[in-house]
Amino acid sequence: MARALINVPARAKRGEVIEIKTLISHPMESGYRVGTNGTPIPRDIITLFTCTYNGEEIFRAELSPAIAANPFIAFFTTATESGALAFHWSGDNGFSTTETAALTVE
Amino acid sequence: MADPFFSAANRRCFLIRTAGFAAVVGMSSALPLRATRATPQAMQQAIRKIVGEAALQHGKVMLDVPPLVENGNAVPLTVSVDSPMTEADHVKAIHIINEKNPQPQVISMTLGPRAGRASVSTRIKLADSQQIVALAEMSDGSFWSESADIVVTIAACVEDIL
Amino acid sequence: MSALSGTLGGLVATLAVLAPLAAFAADIPTAERRSGSEFMGRETRAMQDDDAANPGMLAVLDGEALWNRGEGPAGKSCASCHGDAQHSMNGVAARYPAFDAALGRPLDLEQRVNLCRTDRQQTAPLPFESTELLALTAYVAHQAKGQPIALADDRQTRRFADAGREIFERRQGQLNLSCGQCHDDNWGRKLGGAAIPQAHPTGYPLYRLEWQSLGSLRRRLRNCLVGMRAEPYPNDAPEIVDLELYLAWRARDLSIETPAVRP
Repeated sequence: MARALINVPARAKRGEVIEIKTLISHPMESGYRVGTNGTPIPRDIITLFTCTYNGEEIFRAELSPAIAANPFIAFFTTATESGALAFHWSGDNGFSTTETAALTVE
Repeated sequence: MADPFFSAANRRCFLIRTAGFAAVVGMSSALPLRATRATPQAMQQAIRKIVGEAALQHGKVMLDVPPLVENGNAVPLTVSVDSPMTEADHVKAIHIINEKNPQPQVISMTLGPRAGRASVSTRIKLADSQQIVALAEMSDGSFWSESADIVVTIAACVEDIL
Repeated sequence: MSALSGTLGGLVATLAVLAPLAAFAADIPTAERRSGSEFMGRETRAMQDDDAANPGMLAVLDGEALWNRGEGPAGKSCASCHGDAQHSMNGVAARYPAFDAALGRPLDLEQRVNLCRTDRQQTAPLPFESTELLALTAYVAHQAKGQPIALADDRQTRRFADAGREIFERRQGQLNLSCGQCHDDNWGRKLGGAAIPQAHPTGYPLYRLEWQSLGSLRRRLRNCLVGMRAEPYPNDAPEIVDLELYLAWRARDLSIETPAVRP
């Protein structure tokens, strides 16, 4: 499983807008490069990233080969209730990784 | 490793250097051409595909990206949209389109009123100095945009000469 | 190959222009020594400074898992002997490369990890530049982040640092260049579109945007030598460690930044 790094505040006040930062190890091979032997290097990218907050999708990103290796995506959400944020990345060659982070809303 | 994703940048740099220094170095070389790249027309088509028949208005969108980047492999970028992010008035999606990469689409992000703030960040690859465009799709069906011109420099001591 | 002649052409021509301006080769005064991070743009520095955005932190996390993973017939992990790395490895990387009395030579962190693997864990050494060796060394070096580089000051260490200095100042390769001609005499100027830094090894292993991955100082040195059109030393050559030792001595008192980010 690929290594992912999620940065979410552990606690937030109800109604507070919080920033979520995500980083995942992935080569994001564009499919437009050739190897030293002249053969094309096949595309291997993450194509979809989603974030759900207690089951409801709050953010979605469709990625192309132009996203840098080890994709970094940061966005905001409003802390509404305590619970779990789930992050899911999927892509070429059956790539699929899920991470979760707990958030306590006071 | 040869890297045609960046051949355009290399070629440009090479031509500039060759023009200035050919007499000193006394060497020249041809680079293989690669046709695979998005054109300004392809960028316009990609924008039209998202916007449809709606008018594309300038404003509301802020695109924070360095004007001069040290390496096109990872260009940090933040798009923020001026919006109250309420149920009645919010940003539905943010798209990033480029001019000269092999394909115009960079990323499309879906958000909603729960975001609280319409601001997203990521890091992108740029094959060459070029224009990029950020589009925001609003809940009322309107589209807003901002563009930026970015100069991509390349390092002198790159490893692909190994 | 065409990219090569372009890069090479620019390099030769630029240096031809710089050569008459070059000052007499001398050590960089202590007060003027600056980490490579100070030659980077605002955005690249921000990427390094934010642990949540620094891609090198993914390797540090991998390294933490490897630190605790059992290896070899006895299933010993790094932690079996060294315990909590946050405590036991605190500041250690700032003292490397370090002289090993048994071998009669200095070892860098990569070699030290591999010596532990062969001697203590009784398992195979990790290949240089392998994901696992980079992750382990990144994790260990990260425990020295913010601490000043401080090598042992003894006769043996000096002897090998002097050997490294001799390599650093020796002209070599088809361009007849020394490391010092760029990094002692012309730091702060531009080569192509890039600033020439002072070549201080403060952040290794580090994440280079050009590599799109983590890499060691060893990789960077070999990369430099190829750029000079000189024969790169093999990964296991003692000259590499001599050079690393001289560079660390030259960067004394500068802070460890691992995992650094560079363009």
